[in-house]
Amino acid sequence: MRKIRFVLIFCLFAWACLQSAAQAEVFRIAALMPSATNDLAFSQSMYDALAAIQEELGEEAFEFTIQDSAYIVDDAAVALRDWAASGKYQLVIAHGSQYGPIVEELATEFADVSFAWGTRQDTFGMDNVYSYAAASDEGGYFNGVLAAHLTESGVVGLVGPIEVGDGKLYADGFANGVASVDENIKVNIVFIGSFSDVPLATEAAEAHIANGADILTGTAQMVVGPIAVAVANDVLWFGSDASQDDLSEDIGVAFQIYKWEVLLLDMIANIKEGKLGGEYYKLTLENEGLVMEFDKDFVASEALLAIAEETIASIVSGDIVPIPEMAEEMMDEDDSEDEGDGG
Amino acid sequence: MGMEEIFTASVFASAIRLATPYIFAALGETFAQRSGVLNLGVDGIMLMGAFSGFYAVYVAQQAETMSEPVSLLFGVVVALIVGGLMGLAMAFVSVTLKAKQGISGIGVFLFGFGLSELLFQQWVGTPKSIQGFHRIDFPILTDLPIVGEIFFHHNLLVYVAFALVPVSAFVLNRTTFGLMIRAVGQNPEAADAMGVSVARVRYATTIIGGIMAGLAGASLSIALIKLFQQNLTAGQGFIAVALVYFGGWRPWAVAAGAMLFSFVNALQLQIKVIDAAIPSEFAVMAPYVITIIALIFASKRQEQPTALTKPYERGE
Amino acid sequence: MNKVAGLTQLAISSRFSRLIDFSPVVIALLLALVVSSVLLLALSADPIAAYSAMLEGAIGTENATAETLVKATPLLFVGIGITIAFRGGMINIGGEGQMIAGALAGTTIALVLGDLRIAPEFAKEKGAFDLIIVTLSLIGGFLAGALYGGLAGFLKAYFDVNEILSTIMLNQIAVQMMNFLLNGILLDPAEAGFNNIPKTARLVTAAQLPRLSLPIGDPFLFARTRLHWGLIIAIALAVIIYIFLWRTSLGYRIRAVGENQRAASFAGINVKRQMMFSMFLAGGFAGLAGVVQVLGLQYRLQTDGSPAGFTGAAGFNGIVAALFGGLNPIGAIPAAAFFGGLLVGAQKMQRELGTPASLITAVNGLIVVFVVSSEIFIQQRSKRRVSVAEQAEDEEEKAKDDG
Repeated sequence: MRKIRFVLIFCLFAWACLQSAAQAEVFRIAALMPSATNDLAFSQSMYDALAAIQEELGEEAFEFTIQDSAYIVDDAAVALRDWAASGKYQLVIAHGSQYGPIVEELATEFADVSFAWGTRQDTFGMDNVYSYAAASDEGGYFNGVLAAHLTESGVVGLVGPIEVGDGKLYADGFANGVASVDENIKVNIVFIGSFSDVPLATEAAEAHIANGADILTGTAQMVVGPIAVAVANDVLWFGSDASQDDLSEDIGVAFQIYKWEVLLLDMIANIKEGKLGGEYYKLTLENEGLVMEFDKDFVASEALLAIAEETIASIVSGDIVPIPEMAEEMMDEDDSEDEGDGG
Repeated sequence: MGMEEIFTASVFASAIRLATPYIFAALGETFAQRSGVLNLGVDGIMLMGAFSGFYAVYVAQQAETMSEPVSLLFGVVVALIVGGLMGLAMAFVSVTLKAKQGISGIGVFLFGFGLSELLFQQWVGTPKSIQGFHRIDFPILTDLPIVGEIFFHHNLLVYVAFALVPVSAFVLNRTTFGLMIRAVGQNPEAADAMGVSVARVRYATTIIGGIMAGLAGASLSIALIKLFQQNLTAGQGFIAVALVYFGGWRPWAVAAGAMLFSFVNALQLQIKVIDAAIPSEFAVMAPYVITIIALIFASKRQEQPTALTKPYERGE
Repeated sequence: MNKVAGLTQLAISSRFSRLIDFSPVVIALLLALVVSSVLLLALSADPIAAYSAMLEGAIGTENATAETLVKATPLLFVGIGITIAFRGGMINIGGEGQMIAGALAGTTIALVLGDLRIAPEFAKEKGAFDLIIVTLSLIGGFLAGALYGGLAGFLKAYFDVNEILSTIMLNQIAVQMMNFLLNGILLDPAEAGFNNIPKTARLVTAAQLPRLSLPIGDPFLFARTRLHWGLIIAIALAVIIYIFLWRTSLGYRIRAVGENQRAASFAGINVKRQMMFSMFLAGGFAGLAGVVQVLGLQYRLQTDGSPAGFTGAAGFNGIVAALFGGLNPIGAIPAAAFFGGLLVGAQKMQRELGTPASLITAVNGLIVVFVVSSEIFIQQRSKRRVSVAEQAEDEEEKAKDDG
């Protein structure tokens, strides 16, 4: 009797080992995105990253599945739970800070599944949650510095979605970047209250130009409208999230590009070694998760290239802090956390 | 900030541009509603018009078989046809099959919303730009101070939209067809008794509504914005339906409503551009609040078409 | 009184005939499936696999079924409200805004009372469900939605502002209000900082609507799902509103205004008051949908800044559920469940087959159009019966007028 039980347990064990071995061959990621994968912005940046990883690792070693346009926050709960419960995916990504509370709940329930969510610096203190963010203020600052050098009218315009998250970071970084060169340059900022309202974003860009802006920038998927306005009025465009090179014709200057693959590859390596989370990643210019790319059609002068390089170097070295208030705040947070740990 | 900083010529010009799609769509909806058909699917039809118009121009310009003006005309025609077909479908559903109009309109909206995005993803991929309608340079007029910037600095479709306001008013109020439309919407039994085909008139107006909605979409995708993206209209079709009520089914008043709404929108953008201190949420809210308030104070004693949303049943 | 009873009987019998004549709906659904199969094939996806994924996602597992019901809950709340409004002759497109108004008020009450009544050290204690907090929050949500909906009714009644116009506008206003408040005074104190997400603090356990499980099997059915008591509340209210509309004189008056304003006014009914009242109730139910989403499901109010980000477009889809339910609160129950399943299943289809989300939206539109179009066949069949009944009603009315 005991012998049979032993054999049975052994068989089960062997079967389980085989299962996990078979699964280990292919790494599978499931990712949830708030807008369409072809939005030339936030969602596309993640989709491109996953595609890049598949390119690098090969289809036999890496697979991914997605659900996009999940702007209904609560729908995320269904998708994420479905993926977590299926046991098929080594990593489940919730690509949007609005999904955070759902990840927090699910990660408790599915302790053996690894989750990643962003953009936010908060793993909820859990061992199976990675969090990630992009220092979009760095790219904003960089774009701001260049914009300040390129503007002739002394007015630049920014079209943002709602005044939170990455959009706000970018805007504040941009404004500080401009001010670092010349405090007299006006940065006009309009948040249109929507990520997707292209007609309104278009008119906001027109309003900027009517008020003297000769350089435009902005974030979120509705910036396709402002880009078209920039093209029509022949003013320069600075972009963020993904490359908008195709659309910006000859007026694009520089784009801040999110290379999520930089941190995803690290996560994958960690998970393969059994570390399911507990770490916070940030895309920065320093770790090359943020890449500043000049538009192919833009011809930068020697002087401008030098300024660009210097700006990046200073941000990387920490000589330039794009948003000083935020850095102070984070320092405070760190302090209080230390105190908490001590107590 | 002074008044002259806020009420600039560019704000008025911006309002005119913003109003263009609303005017197209709301005028079309006015025809449909005057005959008794409530089409809540305008936004879906606009999206289909916007995509098809854009795609036609995109393909034509990629193939380089047509000159630019011809490709734009081609795009407009395609948008008109697609809009008309969607209108035909709506007419079939609500006139022949007598479906509940509120709900069938929502179905048409969802269908147009989904299909336009699907086709865009499959056939185009990411947002691409095209050579759309350019601003027209009128001799002398465009260079006039203020007036030139406000009125003579727009693309062709903007002028078409505004020209359609008197045309619509004329058709509705002064022609036999207009009389038939109003009769069918006000008293279908009597119209039927006088030999007017209720169904045929309602088909005609709903198709006109579809064509105008298609044109409204095209005015965005090939004239004002010159590209397509998912949900390009961002709910403008629903506002257009609301504006029909604002204008009490009279073309001039509908257009006035569109102008008021767009003007406040342009104004809130301008105020934010020159002074970002105002909470953006309240600025974004302004056009909606002011439209309601304006309607409260506007004197309005026009009767709703009595047969609106009611399918006609002969011999009841 | 006699007349009310007669009308009720009539309503029941005509609705009963509706139930047995549902074959055209099935045919319409099949037609929609055929057309969407063509779309799927055009995308080189296997329709059979797609539909089985959809079915699995909707009712394939315990969790899937629970999610379908979770999705159906706000649709039912809104659907009940829309039923009242439409029966009262008011076209309420404002479910989205009313949901938001209800959620804002209800969440605020739950947060404040949660802080007041529950000492922090007990806040995380399990099972400390506090009936007072939850009830007051639900009532607050109902009232806020009701006032927001009632505002549209008021504008219609006294200023002749069309309710379609005002509700569409009020939706946008509510969204911006939510963004403003979630970014300001309602912001989670833990989020207060430079780069915040617009969301409130999490509700204490006491302020949460409990999860729901059925005492079948072990563990209990739905014990490990997100199903919550909101569903039971919604179903109970559907029954109550059914009785209200067809068994009380107040309900009769609402319907009388909806059927014929002039006649109702002639019969001495205060039409303006009834208009406001039906919009008040409609808004209240949408408000409940909003607050229940927070108390039962998300435990905090949060948004991505778009209208549907929080509501899930339930304020909009609820209209479809109400009309599919034959503008009958009881009928709205299966209709809401059907749409819940459709929406949840469609997402599974995307995850399994990679079909674009937009395809599913388009197919949903087709289903709505086809099913609503099929009604004519039902009506034709039951027309004879109804016309006989209507005749009886006319005679009754005539007798009353003469008398």
